[in-house]
Amino acid sequence: MAAVTMRLPVARRAAGPSAPRGGEKHLVAPGDTITTDTGYMRGHGTYVEEEKLIASVAGAVERVNKLVCVKALKTRYNGEVGDIVVGRITEVQQKRWKVETNSRLDSVLLLSSMNLPGGELRRRSAEDELAMRDYLQEGDLISAEVQSVFSDGAVSLHTRSLKYGKLGQGVLVQVSPSLVKRQKTHFHDLPCGASVILGNNGFIWIYPTPEQKDEEAGGFTTNLEPVPLSDREVISRLRNCIVALVTQKLMLFDTSILYCYEASLPHQIKDILKPEVMEEIVLETRQRLLDLEG
Amino acid sequence: DLRVDGRGCEDYRCAEVETDVVSNTSGSARVKLGHTDILVGVKAEMGTPKLEKPDEGYLEFFVDCSANATPEFEGRGGEELGTEIANTLYRVFSSENSVDLKSLCINPREHCWVLYVDVLLLECGGNLFDAISIAVKAALFNTRIPKVRVLEDEEGSKEIELSDDPYDCIRLNVDDVPCIVTLSKIGYRHVVDATLQEEACSLASLLISVTGKGALTSMKKVGKGSLDPESIFEMMETGKRVGKSLHVALQKILDEEESLGTSRQKVGFLG
Repeated sequence: MAAVTMRLPVARRAAGPSAPRGGEKHLVAPGDTITTDTGYMRGHGTYVEEEKLIASVAGAVERVNKLVCVKALKTRYNGEVGDIVVGRITEVQQKRWKVETNSRLDSVLLLSSMNLPGGELRRRSAEDELAMRDYLQEGDLISAEVQSVFSDGAVSLHTRSLKYGKLGQGVLVQVSPSLVKRQKTHFHDLPCGASVILGNNGFIWIYPTPEQKDEEAGGFTTNLEPVPLSDREVISRLRNCIVALVTQKLMLFDTSILYCYEASLPHQIKDILKPEVMEEIVLETRQRLLDLEG
Repeated sequence: DLRVDGRGCEDYRCAEVETDVVSNTSGSARVKLGHTDILVGVKAEMGTPKLEKPDEGYLEFFVDCSANATPEFEGRGGEELGTEIANTLYRVFSSENSVDLKSLCINPREHCWVLYVDVLLLECGGNLFDAISIAVKAALFNTRIPKVRVLEDEEGSKEIELSDDPYDCIRLNVDDVPCIVTLSKIGYRHVVDATLQEEACSLASLLISVTGKGALTSMKKVGKGSLDPESIFEMMETGKRVGKSLHVALQKILDEEESLGTSRQKVGFLG
C-alpha cells in the first residue's frame, strides 16, 4: 500500500541553549574580525587587513599560544598521516589508482602500497601492472589509510593490512569531514548487528558483519550473496540515524551512533527522517551522551 | 521491499507544500520533496485564443533550471532538461478534460485568458517530474483569475472591464489535473520517488500521468535501458494506485491550507 505523506511547512525554531560544553567557542563568519591585537601569528583560515586579523572561513577560532587559526565547520577533507579513509576509484593509471576522497585533490593509491591477494610480499612486476584492473576498477570502493601527504595537499594512501581493501555490499553515507570524531579505531562492530567504518574524510560505510574473518582473502573477494532482510533493516536504520545526527550537527562516533540507534527503535525506519522524530531522537541521544560524560 | 532509507517500493518521501508564496503572481506554490525544491508561479494574462480552438483559453509552460540546483546547470546546461520537462508538461495537459479551458474564454475568437505557468528548479534531489507536477497542481489550485465583464459600445466595439474588488475572482477546478508518477526500474523491481542515488542505479523509468480518479492521460519512457512489456503493465498498475493516493494526500493538504485562511503563517523562503 502506498504511503504518501504531505505536510505544511513549519518555520524552523532556533535550537534552545543546550548544556554548556566546557568553555564557549568563539564562532566567526567570513569577514569577522578575530582580534585587533597585532601580536598574533596568523594560521589557516585567517588573513590580515589593516592591522586586523579577519577570518576567511566560517568556524571556530583556535588559539595555540601566539598562533590563531580558524577551524572551518564544513570543508573538504584535509589529509593527516594515519587517518582511515573510504574512497572511490576514479581512474586506473600506470602504476597507481586515483581515489576520490572528498578532498581538494584526488588521492593516489600506488600499486606498491597495495597488498596483493593472499598477503604475499614481493616486488611488483610488469604483469602486476597489467593486471591492475583485475584488482580495482573505476567505481570500486576501498578503505585505506593515509601514508603521506604531498606538498600540494594530495594524499597518498596505502592498504598494507588485511583489514583494508575493496569493500563489498553495504551503504555509503557522505557527511562533512568535521563531524567525524578522531578516535583510536574507526572500524566498529556494533552490537545491533552491523559494522561501520567511519572514514575521516566523511565517507561512512555501513555493512553487514561478516560471520567469519577471511584471513586469506585480504579484502579482495566481494561477497555478492543477497543480504538477509533483518540485516538490511538494521543497516537502513543505522543509515537514517547517521543522517539524523548529521542534520542536527552532532559528532559521529560509535557511542553516539549506538545511542541514536537505540533511541530510534520505537519508530519505523522511514519515520526517522521526519523532522519532529529526528529532533526527538537526537535530543534523547544528546541527553544520554551528557549523562555518560558527567 | 526495503530501500536504503527504509521506505517501501511505493512510498514517497515526506513532502512539504506551501501555496501563495510569490505575491505578484496569480497563483504560486512551492514543493519540497526530500532534497528536491520546486517553485511554480502562474500568471494570468489576456490574449487571443488559438485559431483551432476559438472559445478556449490555454496554458503555456516554461521551465527554468536554475544554476543553484546542481553544478551541471551552470550557464546553458539546464536548457535541455528544461525543454524536456516543458514538453512533458504540455503532453500531460494535452488531454481535454484536465483543465476546463472553456472557463478561460472571455470573448470567443477575440479575448481569452492565457495561463503562463513558470516552473523554477531550486534544488535537484531526484524525482523532478513528480515534484513539478505536484507543484503545478497546487499552483493552479491557488490561482485566482480576476472576473471581467465585456461591455458593448454603441459602435459595436467591445470594452473589457476588470472588477475593482480584488477578492472577486474565479478559481480553477483542479479535480482532474493529472499528476506525474515516475517509476524507476532498478534490477527486477521498480520504485516510486527515486532519490539521486537510486536514479543513478536505474537504467529505465516510466513516467505516467494519473488523474485523481486513476485514469492515465499520458505515458513516457525515459532512460537508455529497456523495459519488458510485462513489467510495463505492472508499473502502470502501481502508478495508478500510487497516483490515486498522491492526489488524495495533496487535496487534503490543499484543503487544510485553504481552511486556515488569512490566519496562516507564511513560512516562505526565510523560515
